[in-house]
Amino acid sequence: MAVRELSCSLAMAEALKEEMERDKTIFIIGEDLVSNGGIFGQFRGLPELFPDRIIDTPISETAIVGAGVGAALTGMRPIIDMHFADFVTTAMDEIVNQMAKIRYMFGGQAKLPLVLWAPDGSGLNAAAQHSQCLENWFVHVPGLKVVVPSEPADVKGLLKAAIRDDDPVIFFQHKKLFNQTGPVTEEKYIVPLGKAVVRRAGTDVTILTYSRMTYFCKEAARELARQGIQAEIIDLRTLMPLDFASIAESIRKTRHAVVVHEACTTGGFGGELSARITEELFDLLGGPVVRIGARHVPMPFSPVMEKYVLPQVEDIVAGVKKALRR
Amino acid sequence: MKISNLEKKALLRKMVEIRLFEEKIGLLFQQQLIPGFVHLSIGQEASTVGSCSALRTDDYIISTHRGHAHILAKGAEPKYMFAECFGKVTGYCKGKGGSMHIADFSKGILGANGVVGGGFPIMTGAGFSIKLRGTDQVGMVFFGDGASNRGTFHEAVNMAAVFKLPIVFVCENNRYASTSPAEKMVAGGSVANRAHAYGIPGVINDGSNVLAVRDSVAEAVERARRGYGPSIIENETYRYKGHFEGDRQRYRTPDEIQQYRLTRDPIDRFETLLIDEGVATQKEIDAMKTAVAAEIEDAVRFAMDSPLPDPHEAMQGLFVNP
Repeated sequence: MAVRELSCSLAMAEALKEEMERDKTIFIIGEDLVSNGGIFGQFRGLPELFPDRIIDTPISETAIVGAGVGAALTGMRPIIDMHFADFVTTAMDEIVNQMAKIRYMFGGQAKLPLVLWAPDGSGLNAAAQHSQCLENWFVHVPGLKVVVPSEPADVKGLLKAAIRDDDPVIFFQHKKLFNQTGPVTEEKYIVPLGKAVVRRAGTDVTILTYSRMTYFCKEAARELARQGIQAEIIDLRTLMPLDFASIAESIRKTRHAVVVHEACTTGGFGGELSARITEELFDLLGGPVVRIGARHVPMPFSPVMEKYVLPQVEDIVAGVKKALRR
Repeated sequence: MKISNLEKKALLRKMVEIRLFEEKIGLLFQQQLIPGFVHLSIGQEASTVGSCSALRTDDYIISTHRGHAHILAKGAEPKYMFAECFGKVTGYCKGKGGSMHIADFSKGILGANGVVGGGFPIMTGAGFSIKLRGTDQVGMVFFGDGASNRGTFHEAVNMAAVFKLPIVFVCENNRYASTSPAEKMVAGGSVANRAHAYGIPGVINDGSNVLAVRDSVAEAVERARRGYGPSIIENETYRYKGHFEGDRQRYRTPDEIQQYRLTRDPIDRFETLLIDEGVATQKEIDAMKTAVAAEIEDAVRFAMDSPLPDPHEAMQGLFVNP
């Protein structure tokens, strides 16, 4: 089978088309899906193929997310389009108190096979209310799975896995990566949830990252290599469930770890990961686990300030040196 | 809506079952045999039983924190409900839900919801699901006067009206949202009034008249079933007990409660009607009440005798695929 270069957008559309053709209980619900194929064009071509299963709603995020929950409880597999990940705040009760709890709280009587698809991240100068990475909020709440892909092939494979999964999955897709291209096989495949992947092999330090920062880390690794440091990059892909076995395997080899994400460092997933590595792998570690993330302010608008607040390649290089105490 | 004498007697029996269930829960709570807190709906039986009697088993309901009655009226069994309230492994939710979170999906009971107004958006989803699957089921979401002030209500009613979703919104206006009187908190005079803004029917019923409720709700259910969309039903009712058991109820007088009990009690009224109509005799009704009381005692015994969950069970059932 041939391998094409596809963007994350096209990889996503392909996943949706394949799944919706396969399973008639899948439908997409959200705002502005039909006329432009989604605000990022992510659903282009699908309304024509599945006119009854792509539902444009009023601007009512609470009801949209709640509708996903209710439809999942009654035999459907909804995909909820959150418009922008920042808007999860308008449906937090539906996500945290309903979606995450209903199965457990009712003693396992129900299942909630749904995907909440949320485009997140900065880099578009969209400022404070349209740029956030909020994945760690949902990792913290028991009952939700959290997916954070970086490459087009994973967008496709993980989205298919998320759709087929019988549990609620929050699928964060980075806005700045919609046009990012990468190889995607024509063969049908699935990328299972909860499996990390090594993007670059190395022996000196393990860089744990996900989503857009994977690309920043690759660039940092090239610079580090020039300085004689071989970094291993692990793209976590899924934060819940977390592939800690792969993380531990790499750290056993490198004895050093750096966590890199775009979300604010304080209270971010890096803190959880750092704590767990320290608790479980303390004797292996040759230095502190270093966290790299955004500075602790809302995202400012002006491009120069946005860049300043976000982690940059040189921050990652410096972070690795700090971890190695060089 | 036509109703046989047998069905009338069944309505009375269900109201009595709910009353005795709730009284028993109150007593067991006082005796500190039920952990947590409980919200009783004694006094509201006609609203609940009348509404659920218009539904089929495959129709859906979503209930509230004050939800025992809805769940019983939709066909759940008292013994598993008591067991759940005791936190026993034999309960509907294996002891993970408790009084405020009981569900029985096999009876279309999509759960009581501990968040006031939490059920509205979920029922819109059931509505979409019904439409997409092409069945003629109906969803009924119960709520109080207080919940009608949440944004979830307005988003869901608008959504249901826009898409003509098969949903009946049943407000049980018991006059108090926790401690706050409805007349001080609900703008526009009534909850049913709000229906006009969304272009759907809004009806106010005497919520202590089980047949009036049944007729009015049946019309809304039929409308939904035929694809004409949602309605709002407001049953004017009253709760005799506090917001929760132990509530000191400084917001109303004992006289007010007594007045309702004496003049508008849904069970007393329906009993009198059935005797006047010659549908049942006092002797028959007394015998039925004795039988229901014995069933309730049996159900409590089942729950009492059931084992507690193994604490490790707490780690089971979060995900289908962990």
